[in-house]
Amino acid sequence: MTDLLLTMSGIVKEFPGVRALGGVDLDVRAGEVHCLLGQNGAGKSTLIKVLSGFHQPDEGTITWAGQEVSFTTPAKAIEQGVSTIYQELDLVPHLDVTENVFLGHEVSRAGFTQRARAHEMVRALLARLGHSEISPTRLVGDLSPANQQIVSMARALSHDTRLLVLDEPSAVLDQQEVDNLFRVIRGLTAEGVAVIYISHRLEEIREIGDRITVLKDGRTVGTGLAVADTPTVELIRLMTGRSIEYVFPPRPESPRDQGDPVLEVRGLGLAGVFDGVEFTVHAGEIVGLAGLVGAGRSEIVETLYGGRRATTGTVTVDGKRLRRGSVESAVRAGVGLAPEERKSQGLLLDEAVYRNITMSSMARFSRFGFLDRGEERRRAAELTASLDVRPDGVTRAVRTLSGGNQQKVVLARWLLRQCRVLLLDEPTRGVDVGARSEIYQLVRSLADRGVAVVVVSSEIDEVLGLADRVLVVREGAVVHESAATDLDEAKVLDLVMEGKAVSA
Amino acid sequence: MSQDSVRVEQAALETTREPNKALALLGTSMGRNLGLVIALLLICLVGVITAGDRFATSANALTILGAAATIGVVSIGMTFVIIGGGIDLSVGAIVALSSVWCTTVATQTMAEDTHWVVMVFVALAVGAGCGLVNGLLIAYGRIVPFVMTLAMLASARGLAQIISERKTQIVRDDAFADFFTKEVLGIEVYIWIFFLVAIVGWVLLNRTTFGRRTVAVGGNTEAARLAGIPVKRHTVYLYVLVGVCCGIAALMLVARTTTGSATHGNLYELDAIAAVVIGGTLLTGGRGSIVGTVIGVLIFMTLNNIFILNNRSISEQELLKGAVIVAAVLLQQRLASRNSST
Repeated sequence: MTDLLLTMSGIVKEFPGVRALGGVDLDVRAGEVHCLLGQNGAGKSTLIKVLSGFHQPDEGTITWAGQEVSFTTPAKAIEQGVSTIYQELDLVPHLDVTENVFLGHEVSRAGFTQRARAHEMVRALLARLGHSEISPTRLVGDLSPANQQIVSMARALSHDTRLLVLDEPSAVLDQQEVDNLFRVIRGLTAEGVAVIYISHRLEEIREIGDRITVLKDGRTVGTGLAVADTPTVELIRLMTGRSIEYVFPPRPESPRDQGDPVLEVRGLGLAGVFDGVEFTVHAGEIVGLAGLVGAGRSEIVETLYGGRRATTGTVTVDGKRLRRGSVESAVRAGVGLAPEERKSQGLLLDEAVYRNITMSSMARFSRFGFLDRGEERRRAAELTASLDVRPDGVTRAVRTLSGGNQQKVVLARWLLRQCRVLLLDEPTRGVDVGARSEIYQLVRSLADRGVAVVVVSSEIDEVLGLADRVLVVREGAVVHESAATDLDEAKVLDLVMEGKAVSA
Repeated sequence: MSQDSVRVEQAALETTREPNKALALLGTSMGRNLGLVIALLLICLVGVITAGDRFATSANALTILGAAATIGVVSIGMTFVIIGGGIDLSVGAIVALSSVWCTTVATQTMAEDTHWVVMVFVALAVGAGCGLVNGLLIAYGRIVPFVMTLAMLASARGLAQIISERKTQIVRDDAFADFFTKEVLGIEVYIWIFFLVAIVGWVLLNRTTFGRRTVAVGGNTEAARLAGIPVKRHTVYLYVLVGVCCGIAALMLVARTTTGSATHGNLYELDAIAAVVIGGTLLTGGRGSIVGTVIGVLIFMTLNNIFILNNRSISEQELLKGAVIVAAVLLQQRLASRNSST
């Protein structure tokens, strides 16, 4: 139907001792959205880096617009029209939008930058992306993650881009922003730009993708699959090599004896962010917070944990009132948090697994300040075994684990602490499909052991599937509360968006 | 994500790579220290060749250790602050202030009949006090450590000059100097104190909750805070710790020179940071080694010693010191990238 823009065939990339890519085939047509699927470590990132000139393939050929090429440097790839937007956006927060867009290829004459002309060009690029509301003179650090992504895309388009690679672009976006992103992508493909789209979320691929290539263990296990007639079960089977679907654990049959609530939040407010938040969580109950990014969900959780200082209201755990703005007080009362940004907020990546697990319970392993490291390792090993953290070995650095296993390490920390209340902010972000069900099972079994759980997630089906009770947060206030079984995805969407101009 | 899976790949490399065992070993903490020991031995070899019988004597070894003791104690404190994600530029000034303050106590007439232990107490208290001010303003006043300790550097030395009226204060109480310079098993007491501080520092860093917290705070402050570690309080402790180390160093200096002076400890901050960096501690925090720091100090002091024995100028020493720092850091980076990227 359309011309082949890119063909990669038999790509092999070896690092000493590891075959990261063992013969990958991929072909992309002009004007299509080609989705790249695979679990963490399947080789997606390496493949992209080969394509964008960061790595040189050991074997295999890249054919670009009919000619065999080798992208020896990232600059060469960009020159040819391949632009890559990585998940960690590579923008400079202290520079303005225009400066970021033209970073490295400034609009200048005789060494002097031509600011007015550059602003004009950026305005045109942003308009092309349908985001003319972003001012070229705004500092990038002041923009929302979604708008920063738009700036990255404007930068890509400032080169003559024919292929845009997006690495998990939706990870930082809420539903509405994802819709915006898709509109932008459709606009680009209509102009003939090809897009390689990487995502864990199958439902997104259903919506935006034309064809799919699936990688597993550095090999192509399926390529050129039409999105329209490849069933989800088949994709999961290809990715995992097993046929599983992620299922949510069953809720307990009969509502347990409720008794007094473990966690009680009364009139909690943070000036300018949210106000008058009230809810209670009983032992064994999972309460979900649904809402758009920026609606205040994460902020509510962080504030009740003491990570931010509440301006009004109280939080009590087992009847004991927590000190405002004190994480220590929350932890002492038995509250644990698995934060949204696991790597930057939750873990010491270069430290051993066991040290990350015992981090909040050091007092238990110390006598007069001296740590019993043997005991630490033994307890950590028990926990990692029971949570099935792979690969095992509690002395390896946490960095070497996949997202799902890192999340298990965070959960193990609070298990060890025997916490009464567990706050989970985006518990499955960056966790691949196979490990998700395990995390869900784990959260449910914690609840069954009497822990009061609060789950925040941008994925509505996750909140609905996992939680017993759901609170819908909109613009800094809880606007709805009901049992999860009384809601469905459409209803929640309706609630989170109500009053907003839904444009799609 | 993209970055992460590459790291996973890299990690797999570390475990699977067979050849280059020596280089792999040099990447581990044990190996890094081994590398430093080898470097120190090579430097000693240079000493033997160039200065022969004057270098390779036990008396000369004690000279080197004596010179290393003061700066070594300061460097051990500095190691903790740097692992905890901070820096202390004021160590030299705190040494000066402690030395002046404690000798003032000893030289005042009213203090004629006070025991010299009072001097010890004053020096430690002054060091701890300066560290406390640093720590409180950094942790709770949110002043960047570099700026805060730069301010302390200026102020503490200024105060030392005011107290001493820019004069060198001589300690006439022999018992004080005698205690610190008395030989035990052929080694002077203040050198034993250096060994003791090093051992206590190692245990503190590697075997206690205090050390574990230091690594956590420096490695990822936000994660440490959200795990319930009292980050601010711990930061204060770290600066108090380095302050106490400065107090100890001041006592050693006063005992060896029998004087207190506002010029004591000049540029100690640079020597200490250099020794810490050479010893393999990351300036960005989160990882470091006491053994490395101790060897780093010994490397510098041995080099100094060789230069002096060969009648070379101070300027040449300084020149070489700079080169050693750059060479050591370049080598470490090489090893680190060999080990974790390839």
